[in-house]
Amino acid sequence: MSALDDAWARAERLPDAVLVAGYIVALWLVLAVVAAAVGGQQATNLAAGFVGSVTLLIGAYALLTLALNLQWGYTGLFNIGIAGFMAVGAYTTAILTAPVNPSTAGGVPGFGLPLWVGLPGGMVAAAVVGAVAALPALRLRADYLAIVTVALSEIIRLFVNWRGAAEVTYFGQTFGTGGATGIGFKSPRRVVADLVTGVGQPVVSAAQSVGVSAPNVVNIAYGLGLLVLVAASFWLLNRLVESPFGRVLKSIREDETVTQSLGKDTRLFKIKAFMIGCALMGLAGALFRGNAGYISPAQFRPTVTFYIFAALIIGGSGSNTGSILGAATFTALLFYLPARLGENLPTFGASSPGNIIDAVGPLGALNPGPLVAYVAGNVSTLRFVLIGVVLIYIVQHRPQGLLGYRNEPAASVDLSRPRADDGGETDE
Amino acid sequence: MSEPDTAEPMSATATDVPTTSDAVDAPLLEVDGLRKEFGGVTAVDGASFRVAPGSLTGLIGPNGAGKSTTFNCITGIHEPTGGTVRFDGQDVTGLAPYTLAKRGLVRTFQIARELSEMTVLENVMLAPPGQRGESATRAVLPGLREQVQEAEREVVDAAWETLDFFEIDHLAHENAGSLSGGQRKLLEMARVLSTDPEMVLLDEPLAGVNPTLEEKLLDRVDELRRDGLTFLLVEHDMDVIMRHCEHIIVMHQGQVLAEGDASTIQSDERVLEAYLGGDV
Repeated sequence: MSALDDAWARAERLPDAVLVAGYIVALWLVLAVVAAAVGGQQATNLAAGFVGSVTLLIGAYALLTLALNLQWGYTGLFNIGIAGFMAVGAYTTAILTAPVNPSTAGGVPGFGLPLWVGLPGGMVAAAVVGAVAALPALRLRADYLAIVTVALSEIIRLFVNWRGAAEVTYFGQTFGTGGATGIGFKSPRRVVADLVTGVGQPVVSAAQSVGVSAPNVVNIAYGLGLLVLVAASFWLLNRLVESPFGRVLKSIREDETVTQSLGKDTRLFKIKAFMIGCALMGLAGALFRGNAGYISPAQFRPTVTFYIFAALIIGGSGSNTGSILGAATFTALLFYLPARLGENLPTFGASSPGNIIDAVGPLGALNPGPLVAYVAGNVSTLRFVLIGVVLIYIVQHRPQGLLGYRNEPAASVDLSRPRADDGGETDE
Repeated sequence: MSEPDTAEPMSATATDVPTTSDAVDAPLLEVDGLRKEFGGVTAVDGASFRVAPGSLTGLIGPNGAGKSTTFNCITGIHEPTGGTVRFDGQDVTGLAPYTLAKRGLVRTFQIARELSEMTVLENVMLAPPGQRGESATRAVLPGLREQVQEAEREVVDAAWETLDFFEIDHLAHENAGSLSGGQRKLLEMARVLSTDPEMVLLDEPLAGVNPTLEEKLLDRVDELRRDGLTFLLVEHDMDVIMRHCEHIIVMHQGQVLAEGDASTIQSDERVLEAYLGGDV
């Protein structure tokens, strides 16, 4: 344990970008090793598939966790309506970019705008809805914001699911949410795929020569594209919080009355932080849930909200670097890897029993096969037990998360004492 | 809020007390007929007093006299049920704490409220008014951020000077939550003075502070008064009040019972009775 602590203490002193990049590469390697162990002839392509899927998850969750960190980790705004703000962003993007004359039967028409209009449009819409949610709650205590946001996120999901909103015509323009069947729109992945098969053709050829299929190259490219967005958001958010602005956000989290007593109009700060976070959630909603150019209400159930909280708690609330590490840990190690391992557990010829008793019973006869088969067959459910155990462990033994409470002062400059010859002592 | 019968005879009698007006011709803070009710309980019941600019005024009274509620009403934490507060010649009744702080009226809290998961230096750097980098766009945009950093360097320098002044500079990079009770009181003073105030309301700044530190704090207050700051002090240590305050206000049951200098107060029988629990 102490060796692990030492290693971690050393890792913590690395520059943040190196730490994050190294961590993600390490996760890729773990997945590649798993793929090599179970893939046989197809190992390379399997590894590429794993890496592509997990990179998409890491990128999407990192965006969401960074957004929540600004709201909750920095400002103490308890937003449990993340799924709702993702939905607003995704649906706005979808309605703006859906084709005016949908080719498929029953498709919902939209405004046919390009994605570079649709995505910012989704961000603005999510920010505006965030402001509307926050306004009444700003004058109240933090718990009320939580109630308002979780209720709003369900209202949004039920609204887009509603038949009455599926297709409407105003001012000669027909558009809508598509109701329960969802809505097809310009696929962000399509954009990346066109790039890859166009200018990226040499890369695709090279990949195919080692056995990686073209769709997997697109997957990886799309995931990397998200990671670029994560890097940009990280840079932007770090600048935002390492400043007097971030200092006020932190102090609101610590004690809002004191912050007000020191002359800060906390309402403005809270609403700004909340809107910026919601905009980022909206973007992530469109690029994650809508990556293939199709969304439906079922993708915006509140569960994702709690995944994001779990990721942030694991990573360390209050640290942007920790947010990304938490998102990577949660998605890769707790969510994706167990499922892949479960699929490939050797079951010694046993088939998965129907219940836990039939699975545990044969252990008495020293036959582990049924239990292993049971675990393998139910791994997508059982991993929530793993997530729960990890959360309990973290909350008890490292409540600050992987990187929380680290010395990340909210200031834009070096905080060490000015040297005496700088004139620090000559004032007055 | 503004029921017809808020203007009770109480406030009228309170303003009739002649003791203050000759002592203070142009008060910096003027509280007139201040009332605060919580449900059926009247915590402040028509208190009226004035604080002269540049003075150190003591506000004393037995527990439950309404001193802290008076503070909360003056500084906008609570909205008064009735009465007015004037600061620097303007009616500031019911204004938000941040508006008052921007005008130069700030306070400390009875139980020190440090921002515990921020460093001591961050606590102090939060306070200076009008920081350009408090705008999100200026903090982020290239070109503008450089100006923010320029201003920020001055804030850092000033914060270190303040920490030196209060002799807590060795704790600059510690989380404020790990400070001792006395150090927290010092930090609160340091923070509140960094807002560049005109008047500071100190709510029991010496409670839990050891005698050496106490002397130091009082020296600081005297020093700052020479720079033109005004202090209103709630304190239970009678010795401190009598030795340091040139004007003392005694509250009892939500009203101002007596006012005057130390000798006047000490010879006032009503004050003695209030403290000893007798009927007035």
